[in-house]
Amino acid sequence: MSVNLTLLTVMGALYACGIYLILERSLTRVLLGLMLLANATNLLILATGGYAGLAPFFSKDTDPGAYNDPLPQALILTSIVISFAVTAFMLGIIYRTWVLARQDEIQDDVEDRRVAATPSFDAEDDAVIPVETSEFPLTMLGSDGAAVSDSSAAEAAPAPAAVPAGGGTISAEDAAREEKPGSANLDINTEGGGK
Amino acid sequence: MITVLAVHFAVAAVAPLIFRKFGRSSFYALAAVPAGSFVWLLLQHGAVYGTAPQHAAGGPGQATEVIPWIPGLGMEFAFRMDALAWVMSLLVLGVGALVLVYCARYFKNKDSYLGGFGAQLLAFAGAMFGLVTADDLLLLFIFWELTTVLSYLLIGYARTRLAARRSALQALMVTTAGGLAMLVGLIMLGASAGTYRISAILEQAPGLVGGQTAGAVGAAVVLILIGAVTKSALVPFHFWLPGAMAAPTPVSAYLHAAAMVKAGVYIVARLAPGFTDTACWLPMVLGLGLATMLVGGYRALRQTDIKLILAYGTVSQLGFLTMVVGLGKPDAALAGLALLLAHGLFKATLFLVVGIIDHQSGTRDIRKLSGVFRSSRALAVVAAIGAASMAGVPLLGGFVAKESVLEAFVHFAGEPGYGPWGAVVLAGVVLGSVLTFAYSARFLWGAFAEKPGVDRTPFKAIKPSFLAAPAVLSFLTIVYGLWPAPVDSWIQPYAALFTGGTADAGTGGGAAGHLALWHGLTPALGLTAVTFALGLAMFYARGLVDRAQSAVPGWIDADRGYQLTIGALDDAAVWITGRTQRGSLYFYLAVILTVAFVLPLTALIAAGKPLPEGLYFIDPNSPLQIVAGAGIVIGALAAVRANKRFLAVLMVSVTGYGIALMFALQGAPDLALTQMLVETIILVAFVLAMRSLPAELRDRTGGKYRVVRVIIGLAFGATMVFAAIHAMGARVATPVSLEFPKLAYEGGGGLNIVNVTLVDIRVWDTFGEISVLALAATGVASLIFIRGRGDGIRASATVAEGTVGRRRGVDKSSRDGAALALSRKFAAASRDAWLVAGRTMAPERRSIIFEVVTRLIFHSMIIFSLYLLLAGHNLPGGGFAGGLMAGLALTLRYLAGGRYELREATPISAGTLLGIGLATAAASGVAPLLLGGQVFQSAIVEVWLPVFGDIKFVTSTIFDTGVYIVVIGLVLDVLRSLGAEIDEHFEEQPGQSAEGQSAGPPAEAEPSAGPQSEAEPSETQPAEDSPSAGDRGPGVPAETTARGQA
Repeated sequence: MSVNLTLLTVMGALYACGIYLILERSLTRVLLGLMLLANATNLLILATGGYAGLAPFFSKDTDPGAYNDPLPQALILTSIVISFAVTAFMLGIIYRTWVLARQDEIQDDVEDRRVAATPSFDAEDDAVIPVETSEFPLTMLGSDGAAVSDSSAAEAAPAPAAVPAGGGTISAEDAAREEKPGSANLDINTEGGGK
Repeated sequence: MITVLAVHFAVAAVAPLIFRKFGRSSFYALAAVPAGSFVWLLLQHGAVYGTAPQHAAGGPGQATEVIPWIPGLGMEFAFRMDALAWVMSLLVLGVGALVLVYCARYFKNKDSYLGGFGAQLLAFAGAMFGLVTADDLLLLFIFWELTTVLSYLLIGYARTRLAARRSALQALMVTTAGGLAMLVGLIMLGASAGTYRISAILEQAPGLVGGQTAGAVGAAVVLILIGAVTKSALVPFHFWLPGAMAAPTPVSAYLHAAAMVKAGVYIVARLAPGFTDTACWLPMVLGLGLATMLVGGYRALRQTDIKLILAYGTVSQLGFLTMVVGLGKPDAALAGLALLLAHGLFKATLFLVVGIIDHQSGTRDIRKLSGVFRSSRALAVVAAIGAASMAGVPLLGGFVAKESVLEAFVHFAGEPGYGPWGAVVLAGVVLGSVLTFAYSARFLWGAFAEKPGVDRTPFKAIKPSFLAAPAVLSFLTIVYGLWPAPVDSWIQPYAALFTGGTADAGTGGGAAGHLALWHGLTPALGLTAVTFALGLAMFYARGLVDRAQSAVPGWIDADRGYQLTIGALDDAAVWITGRTQRGSLYFYLAVILTVAFVLPLTALIAAGKPLPEGLYFIDPNSPLQIVAGAGIVIGALAAVRANKRFLAVLMVSVTGYGIALMFALQGAPDLALTQMLVETIILVAFVLAMRSLPAELRDRTGGKYRVVRVIIGLAFGATMVFAAIHAMGARVATPVSLEFPKLAYEGGGGLNIVNVTLVDIRVWDTFGEISVLALAATGVASLIFIRGRGDGIRASATVAEGTVGRRRGVDKSSRDGAALALSRKFAAASRDAWLVAGRTMAPERRSIIFEVVTRLIFHSMIIFSLYLLLAGHNLPGGGFAGGLMAGLALTLRYLAGGRYELREATPISAGTLLGIGLATAAASGVAPLLLGGQVFQSAIVEVWLPVFGDIKFVTSTIFDTGVYIVVIGLVLDVLRSLGAEIDEHFEEQPGQSAEGQSAGPPAEAEPSAGPQSEAEPSETQPAEDSPSAGDRGPGVPAETTARGQA
C-alpha cells in the first residue's frame, strides 16, 4: 500500500490549524476551524485512494487499478456538499447570536459556573430544624374549646439571625432563600467572558 | 399467593380513584384487601402444616407456586408458604388490615395526597407479603427494594415538611446501601449454589458452608447480613429508624414496628437453619444485636417524645429479636418467632395509641402531656396492656415469649464451646430487659400520668372506631398470653428445622420446648423477677437516671456520623463538579482533544511499529501536488493569523480552492469541480451573513492559552498523520473499488464511475445526504426567519422604484453625499431594463455592468447546469455540480438585482423545491418496487430521438435530478435567509444598517490583493473603534465584496 506523505502532511497542517481555531472563543473562528477540519478530512480520505491516477471514467481497455480510486471520491463528494450545508447552518447561528446578543463569542455557561461555585451547604440536608413533637402542630381546638397551640413553633418564633451551616454559619435570610426552588447561591454577572 | 399479591397491587393502582369518590372512608375498602387475604391465610393453615391431605403432593409443610419469568436468566416468580412465611404473613396482613382501618379515622378528608398515600400503604402490604413468601433470592430482593421505596414515599408523606423529606431520604439511603450489599451477597450465594431457589439453597446449605465454596458463602452471608442490619436498624445503622418517626404514626406503627423493620429479622430467620455455622454469623448477629438492644434501651430512656421512646424501644427490640432468631438453636428459633409475633402485636398497639394521643391533644411531648389517663381511660387500658406486654408482665403475650427467650439464652450460656460469651450474652439480655421494663414504664407514665406542675392536657373525646384497631391488638395480646398453644403449634415446624432432621413437626417439639404461661420455677423466671425489680427501681429513681444520663457527653452519635459522611460526599461532589464543569467550551474541547491525541499517540509509541513501506513525498504521476500543498498550508496559516473577519474567510477559501486543485491533480475532476463551486457559494454566504458583524476578529484567549492551543493543535495534527500512515500501511485487502468500473459500466450504465457510485452503487448514502441537506436548509431558514419560511417576498411589480437599500441620513455636503447624488442622477436616465427587478434597487446600489453581465450569462449558466446534470453520468458533472451551478446563477441574479430579482428568478419557494427534490429522489427509489424490481434499481432505456439520435437514458438520472433540485433549494434557502431576509432586517433598522456597513465591508472591500501580512494588530486598532461612517469613504454595499469574488 502506498502512502502519499505530501497529502498527509498538508492534512496534518490543516488539522493543526483547524484545532487551533476551534479552541478560540470567536464563533467565526470556530466555524473557520471546522471548515479547515473538513478540508483536512477530505484530504485524508483522498489519500486512502493511493497514487494519483486516471480520472475515473470507464474505458474498456483500462486496467481498474489505473484509475484513481473512485470510492473515496464518492465519499468526498458527499462530504463537500454536507460541509456546505453545515457551514450555512453555522452562519445562520452566528448571525442569530449577533442579532440577539451582539456577540460573536462563545460565552461561558453561567449556570455551570454557578453550580461549580455552589457551597456544599444545602438547606435540605444541612439546615438545623426544630424538633417536631407532633404531626398536628397547627393550632387546634381542645375538648373545652380553648385554643391549644403547639409551643414548639412558638419557641422557635424569634428566628435566629444566623443558622449553622456546615462549618460556618449563614444568615437566616439566606437559609430561608435556600428553601425556595431555583435559589441562587450567588450571583455571577451575566457577562461571562475572560478569565 | 400470586393472586393475593396481584389483588394488593391492583387495588393499590386504582386506590386514588376510590379516594376521590369516597374520601377517607376509602381506607375501609383498602383494609378489606389485607383482611380478606388474612382470612385466606387462615384457610391455608391446613395446607401449610400438612394436615390437609389434598396438598400432600407438594410435600408436608409446603405450598408452592411457580411461574416462569425470565427463563434465560433462571428467574421465576417462585413463592412458597411454609411455617415461617405463614407466621410472618399473619403479622403483615393482620396488622396491615388494622392499620388501614385506623387510618380511616386518623386522617381528615381534606388532607391532600390521601389517595396516593393509601395506595402506597396497600402496595406496601403487598410487597411485604411478597417478601416473606418469595422463594427466589432475586425476587426476594425485588420485594425488599419495593418496601424500601414505598417506605421512602410513606415517610415523606408530609412532603412540605423538611423533617419528613430529610428523614425519608436518610432512610432510603441507608437501607438502599445495605440493600446493594445484600444484592451482591445474594448473587454470590446463588452463584455458589447454582440456583436462586431459596428452599433448594437451604437444603444444600451444609454442603455449601463446609465445601469448597465456604469462603464465598461466608462472604455472601456477611453481605446479606449487612442488608438485614440496615433494614432492621441495628447498630451502627439504627439512627434512621428514630428519624423515620417523621412519618405519619400509622406508617410508623406498620412499617417501623410490625412489618418492614422485621424484614431484616426475617432474612436472619430464613437463613439461620442453614448458615449459622459460617464464621461471621454468630459474632455479627449476637454482637450487633446485643449492642443494639442496649443502645436502643439506653436512648429510649432519654427521650421526651413518646413516639421516640417507642422508636428507640423498637430499635432495642429489633436487636433483641435478631439475637434470638439468629442463635440457630431450636428453642431459640421457637422463642424468636414467638417474640416476633408478640412484638408486632404490642408495638403496633402502642404506636397507634401514640397516634391517637397526638391526634387528640396536639403534642407527644411528655413534658406537656398530663392527665390523659383521666381523659380517656379506655385508651390508657389499651396502652397499659401493650406496655406491660413489652415489659414482659405475666399473663400477656410478651411474657410468654420473653420467658422462652430467656430460657433459650440460659441454655446457650450453659453450653460448652462458647466460653464466657454465653454468660456475657445472657447478662446483656437481662440488662436489656431491665431497660425495656424501665422505658415501658416511662412511656406509660409519660403519656398518661398526671404530672405535678403541668396543666392537664386538653384532650378531645375518642370515637370508638378510632380506638378499635389498637383495642383488637391488645385483645390478641391477652389471648396470646393466656393461650399460647396455637402459636406454639404454628412455630414448631420452623423450630424443627434446627434439629438437623427433616421438617417433621412431630419430633421437633421435644428439642424446642413449648410456649407456655407457666413452666415452673425455672432460672428464666428468676431472671424475670430480677428484671422487674431492677426495672421498677430504675423507674422510681428516674430523676437520678435522668441526671446520670445528662452527665454523659453525647459525643457518640451515629446520626452525626451519617451527616458527616453525607457532608463529605457533598463536598467531594461539589469539588469535582467545580473542577470539571467549568462552563468553558474551550476547557471541555481542550480536554477532549487532548485525550484524542494522547491515547492514540501512546498506543502508536507503545506498539513501536516501524513505518510501513511505500511512503513517498512526490507522486510520480502528479508532482505538482507539492506546490498545491504548499499553497494550502500557507492559506491555512494565514487564516489562523488573520485578525480581520473577511481576510480570515478568504484565507480559508484559499485552502479550499487549493484542495480543489489537489483533487484535480489526484485524478478527481468531479471533486475539483464541486469543490470550486462550493467554495464560491460559501464565500458569498459568508459575506452575506457576516456583513453586520464587526470587521475586527479579536483574539480573546490570552498568551498562556494560546500556547496550549498551539500544542494541542500540533500534537493532534501529528497524531492524525501518523495514525493515517499506520492505518494505510496496515491495509492488506484488495480495494473493493477495483470492481467499481465494471459495475458502473455494466450495472449502472454510466462511464463516470464516481457519479454512478453516488446515484446507483451507494445510492442510499446519497439519499441520506440530500435529506441532511434539506434539514440544514430548513435549519438556516428557521434561524433567520422568525416567523414563517420567508416565502412571501412580493412580486417586483408592486415595489416602488429605487426603494431597496436606499441610504439615508448622508450629509449632502460630504464627499459621500456628492457620490450619492451623482449615482442618483445617472439612475434617473431612462434605459432598458436589463433585469426584471433592477429598477427596484436604490440607484446608488446598482451596477450597470453587473446587471448586463448577469443578463448575458444567467441563461447560459442554467443551461450549463442542466448539461452537467444530464452529462454527469458519463462525463464530469452530476446532480451536485449541476445544482451548485444553477445556485450560482441564482446568486448572481440576487447580487445584481436584489431580493425582488431573486423572487422573479424563482417563483417556486425554496421549501417547495426541497420537497420536490426529495420526492423525486424517493420516487425514483420506490418506482422500481412497483415494477417488480428492488429499491433504487436502475434501468437503461435506449431510444432514438430526432436530431439527438440514439439516446441512452439511465433511470438513475431521475434520482440525480432530485439531488439537483435539492441542492438548488439549499442554495436558494441560503440566499433568501442570509441574503434577502438580512437585507430586510437592515432596512427595518436603518441606523444599524449604516453602522454595520461602514464597520464591515469597507474594511474588506479591496483586501484581496493581499496586504494581509502587514495587517498587524497595531495598525488595525484604530479602525475598530470608529463608528462614524463619514471618514470611511463611500459606503460600499456589502454585496461588492461578493461580486468581486463571484
